[in-house]
Amino acid sequence: MISIKGLKKIYKTKHQDIKAVDSITLDIDEGEIYGVIGYSGAGKSTFVRLLNRLEDPTAGSIVIDDKEMTSLKGNSLRLARQDIGMIFQHFNLLWSRTTEENIAFPLEIAGVPKKEREERVQELIDLVGLTGRETSYPSQLSGGQKQRVGIARALANDPKVLLSDEATSALDPETTNAILDLLVDINQKLGLTIIMITHEMHVIRKVCDKVAVMEAGQVVEQGQVIDVFSNPEQEVTRKFVEQLMTNTEEDDSLDFVLEQAKEGKIVQLHFAGESTNDTLISNVAKSYDININILQGKITQTQNGALGKMVIQMTGEKAILAEALNYLKNTSTAVVEVIRDDD
Amino acid sequence: MIDFSNLDTDKLWEATYETFYMTLISLTGTFVFGLLLGLLLYLTAKDGLWENKPINIITATFVNVFRAIPFIILILLLFPFTYFLLGTMRGPNAALPALIIGAAPFYGRLVEIALKEIDKGVIEAAQAMGAKTTTIIFRVLLPESMPALVSSLTVTAIALIGYTAMAGAIGAGGLGSYAYYAGFQRRAFDIVLICSIIIVLIVFIFQFIGDYLSKKLDKR
Repeated sequence: MISIKGLKKIYKTKHQDIKAVDSITLDIDEGEIYGVIGYSGAGKSTFVRLLNRLEDPTAGSIVIDDKEMTSLKGNSLRLARQDIGMIFQHFNLLWSRTTEENIAFPLEIAGVPKKEREERVQELIDLVGLTGRETSYPSQLSGGQKQRVGIARALANDPKVLLSDEATSALDPETTNAILDLLVDINQKLGLTIIMITHEMHVIRKVCDKVAVMEAGQVVEQGQVIDVFSNPEQEVTRKFVEQLMTNTEEDDSLDFVLEQAKEGKIVQLHFAGESTNDTLISNVAKSYDININILQGKITQTQNGALGKMVIQMTGEKAILAEALNYLKNTSTAVVEVIRDDD
Repeated sequence: MIDFSNLDTDKLWEATYETFYMTLISLTGTFVFGLLLGLLLYLTAKDGLWENKPINIITATFVNVFRAIPFIILILLLFPFTYFLLGTMRGPNAALPALIIGAAPFYGRLVEIALKEIDKGVIEAAQAMGAKTTTIIFRVLLPESMPALVSSLTVTAIALIGYTAMAGAIGAGGLGSYAYYAGFQRRAFDIVLICSIIIVLIVFIFQFIGDYLSKKLDKR
């Protein structure tokens, strides 16, 4: 669907050249939600703006839906842009237009006749959940509602790709979740490919299938969200995972937990992926005559299943405990690590 | 006590009409040319949609020169041009070229400021939708800056009313002319006073209409 090769953007200043985007090579499949995460200044915004040519690349190629974007000019570029929707952190709505007029704007640009335009606008308003706010001006809408207008506007011309540049960064957590749910819903309903630029781990874990981690203009890690974040290789990726899991705190308190739980086996389960069996613990407890006590845990759900870890205490007869442990190891894909054996 | 024995109501009405006439026609011309100048300044500036340094410098120089020349001198300078255009130097029409050339650069600068205030993100959004530059001008730039364009036009209209009075003093007609020739020169100060009052009233009317429209257009 989208194929990016050796993409570069270099800003020349008097004193030095700044590599905002440095040799990015990526492939994004149709219907995928692809996250690009990085701290500010990592070049992720420049990267997404290169995709619809709001910025001109210094080198490299971008193929979207078999169209080479980098060689397009004038009218053909404008037509190609109509197939790529974009939403923004600060919504970028026209304050002089009402909700429906804002959504109609891209249709006007594409030369859609008035009657069709009105029908399409109503459809979109229903799709994004803005029914009843048709004639409100942006100043009369909340942040979340404004972003819904932004999304409807971006979808007006039935694009194949949606670019989202920090679309939830100006919203509160609750509204962020509602907007993310809407994006996933649209992705599933319309089969739209979405590229999400963000600095929030939460966004990546909640909606993205794949992720690229950017640092200093380069993609330092990429792949399935669950793989990249269950096994971070780069320092920056590790930091993002910590942001989600706050691992450091847990490790500190593990000693405390071990002191408290004197008896039995202490086992740590690492979950990573869709095969995680959510009734695992109760299955073990039912099948074997042992007691299980959850001491500590942090598990978060991603698009591809659970990610996280849990520390449990297992008490009971020695032989049965060993059997139960084997059951754990064999039936779940969670990595089972015995922290303290029962001797 | 002042008595108004010198006042000729017919002449006063005619002068008032001429002042309105000069102000409205020149305001229309100023709006059109000022808008063009302002757009040109904005679009050809650095990082503008039509970035073009030579045109930007030429436009800016034109605007600066004509804003620098005091209006009374501008009328004199434009005498040959006016004569070429209209074949006369007297009457309300003769004042129009000078009024427009004097006020359009002023309005042009105000237009430029109004356009600069527009959120860049909105323009970018329109570009991302595949809008042509002309679409961006007519559907984004002008509507989004409309309240500022209207309030700037109000300011310009009031400056123009002042200019018409100055033009009147050298033969263009209107309240300035009536106050100067029939009033001041004949020591009929009742005429000067009443002309002043009417001009103040006209200014108030323009300000009121301008404020009302600007407020009504502003949906921010």
